[in-house]
Amino acid sequence: MNNHKKNKYIDQSFKVLGVLFTMLGIFILGVLIYNIVVAGFSRINWDFLTSLPSRKPERAGIYTAIIGTLDLMLLTVLFAIPIGVGAGIYLEEYAKKSKFSSILEINISNLAGVPSIIYGLLGLGIFVRFFGFGGSILSGSLTLSLLILPIIIVATREAIKAVPHSLKEASYALGASKWQTIKNVVIPSSFGGVLTGIILSLSRAIGETAPLIVVGAMAYVPFVPHSIFDTYSVLPMQIFSWTTRPQQGFAIAAAGAIIILLLITFIMNGIAVYFRNKWQKKLK
Amino acid sequence: MAKEIEITMEELKSKIKNTTTFEEDTSTSGGSRIEAKDVKVWYDDFNAIKGIDMKIKPNTITAFIGPSGCGKSTFLRLFNRMNDYVEGFRMEGKIKINGDSIYKKKVNVEELRKEIGMVFQKPNPFPKSIYENVAYGLKIQGIKDKKLIDGRVEKALRQADLWEEVKDNLKKSALALSGGQQQRLCIARTLAVQPSILLMDEPTSALDPISTAKIEELIHHLKEEYTIIIVTHNMQQASRISDYTAFFYLGELIEYDKTRKIFTNPEKKQTENYITGRFG
Amino acid sequence: MKVKEKIIEFILKFCASITILTTVGIIAVLLFESIAFFKSVSIFEFLTDTQWTPLYSEKHFGILALVSGTFLTAAIAIAVALPIGLTIAIYLNMYAPTSFRKTLKPFLEILAAIPTVVYGFFALTIVTPFLQSIYPDLETFNSLSAGIVMGIMIIPFISSLSEDALYAVPKSLKLASFGMGATRFQTAFKVMIPAASSGIIVSIILAISRAIGETMIVAIAAGQQPQLTLNPTVPVQTITSYIVQVSMGDAPQGSIEYKTIFAAGLTLFIFTFILNSFSFYIKKKYQEKYE
Repeated sequence: MNNHKKNKYIDQSFKVLGVLFTMLGIFILGVLIYNIVVAGFSRINWDFLTSLPSRKPERAGIYTAIIGTLDLMLLTVLFAIPIGVGAGIYLEEYAKKSKFSSILEINISNLAGVPSIIYGLLGLGIFVRFFGFGGSILSGSLTLSLLILPIIIVATREAIKAVPHSLKEASYALGASKWQTIKNVVIPSSFGGVLTGIILSLSRAIGETAPLIVVGAMAYVPFVPHSIFDTYSVLPMQIFSWTTRPQQGFAIAAAGAIIILLLITFIMNGIAVYFRNKWQKKLK
Repeated sequence: MAKEIEITMEELKSKIKNTTTFEEDTSTSGGSRIEAKDVKVWYDDFNAIKGIDMKIKPNTITAFIGPSGCGKSTFLRLFNRMNDYVEGFRMEGKIKINGDSIYKKKVNVEELRKEIGMVFQKPNPFPKSIYENVAYGLKIQGIKDKKLIDGRVEKALRQADLWEEVKDNLKKSALALSGGQQQRLCIARTLAVQPSILLMDEPTSALDPISTAKIEELIHHLKEEYTIIIVTHNMQQASRISDYTAFFYLGELIEYDKTRKIFTNPEKKQTENYITGRFG
Repeated sequence: MKVKEKIIEFILKFCASITILTTVGIIAVLLFESIAFFKSVSIFEFLTDTQWTPLYSEKHFGILALVSGTFLTAAIAIAVALPIGLTIAIYLNMYAPTSFRKTLKPFLEILAAIPTVVYGFFALTIVTPFLQSIYPDLETFNSLSAGIVMGIMIIPFISSLSEDALYAVPKSLKLASFGMGATRFQTAFKVMIPAASSGIIVSIILAISRAIGETMIVAIAAGQQPQLTLNPTVPVQTITSYIVQVSMGDAPQGSIEYKTIFAAGLTLFIFTFILNSFSFYIKKKYQEKYE
């Protein structure tokens, strides 16, 4: 009986610990957001959003960073979506169980585990130097595209796997070719899942800093980039730059920029989750 | 007294013979002749079909019956090459439609499937509108003439006995229809392409009795224009609607004959055991 | 028509092959510059020198100093994330009611979605001053703050993957244990964790790999002083942070400083590749148990 009581006591204590730790995670999240909002909320105003960065903390704004982020995302989307979705379609619909397809699969899961800064080095060697694109938006977006490619591929595959086999059979039985079936049945049915994956991968790309630093995103860009060959800055880069400055004013500016970045990230994730739920309902 | 009965028996027999001879001479309008010669099928090492010969006359309804796993669905799918998509599938022997072998390398499978339509056990309409479902097969062929498509869609829906129920709602989603309606939609979808052969893999097993009856009647009318093969595990259904019946067991064709003979006086003991419910 | 199909298949195959080109590109770039690097610096020196000072006038090229910083911060991160993450996983799997679990999981996922630069800011401006109030001798840049915040970032990794591993254990084992009168705690530690051990180990390895490859948190909060130390209160530098430092500067292409980031990158890549391959191997070998 004594043993039994002891065991019960341990069990209950662990339960308490579990609740504590779980709430700890949420608590820390709350502390983080609270502190940043308190520090930076006052800083956010129209001037902040439309000013260029400055050597003076009070005058500094995130305008170029926001434009840079937008430009970068637009270009990244242009490269990553067709290639990622195309690769996903190939792997799910065309590739038979061969040595080649096994290598492809192992390779993709390996790439997903490569640190993002290594992608930066890749971009530096190939796009910046070898192709000669320099520290431009073009180099940055190509690098980011490669980084998020595994995410889009996996999401596409999962979405295609969920399309019932019976629909494909019906299409084939009516005399449709493989591509016709993919185009008219598989893609429309898997659209929601693919869209979710794309939004999530973009949300990740928006927050990336390290690889962009390596391929030349500049810390101080007091002008708006006009072509894809221009230098640029992005929001996380701006935050990094301000955080490392000693002046207190810059720390506040950084907090303000973080609020904007978090807002964008949470909204995108929210949209992705909304689409995922809508699509999963449709499947049932 | 005995002589009278004898003569009457003779008369009866010849009457039956005449009727059967009449049925044998069905004309060849619209349908196609299907022929299988020493056909064998493997899935990897598993020998699913063990050497089957069969000839199917045009404009007939043939039922494939047999216990689960006997190979009737596999055999059915040989005719529109749907087994091609199964891993490890391999076949030997010849399958001829109208005298042409369909497993030759130069055969265009997509063209083949426009001649041979298939209806599946579980209704599988596309998540599109009713109109788009029926028009799908036509659009696949590159047909763009809207008037032509509209005409074919209406004709197919009428043939499938669904037109009156949906004619005011063609843009509605196909998934909003009931199970029986969805299956008739799938039949219409197949008919719109104007095949000459219809393969039906247990088309009513997932449906309620009323929908089943509707579809059986529909199949009976379709016989005039199509050659139909229907796989069914419902023996009453087979004896109701088919002209010929083939009994499969463990990958072999045990018996194939006119339906009436199979169900009243089968040659093989196995057939009789299955019909009378001793196994299956 | 058949030609069109073949062309489409070829295009799609090409898209898939870009992933292979990516890996080839990474290896090629890292090797190319590293080989050039090792023409000036011997591998022996690279592996054994205890100082890393390529940016100073008196240059030393001992990678150990950076590796030490990398592993120290990663170790602190795991020391934080492992007990918390695993406890959360066990709690959610065995104790928490389903509704509680459903509302909680999104919050943990939010932790994983926050950009790392934000965590870095958090570490430098909030965590470090807080720790300094407890231990005033803590330097502004140190591996403790960075490690702790990295750990927080990694908690969802471990908790989510471990929870999946626990979920995959057949319910019959759980029920058998309860049937014998064991408490949830006993069941968790004597039955569930051993049964899910391969999945949990995989989650830990992947978390370590993630920690080693992390850049922004350490670049902002851990400092830029490569040194071989186990002291968490002093500045260090990780491989990733060093690469950032050089990238922000003006090292001309072809210079020895430029090449060092590739040699360092190659080292990092080898570490994470070994870890990822190991986790893949374990997953493959031991997952068959329940299939």
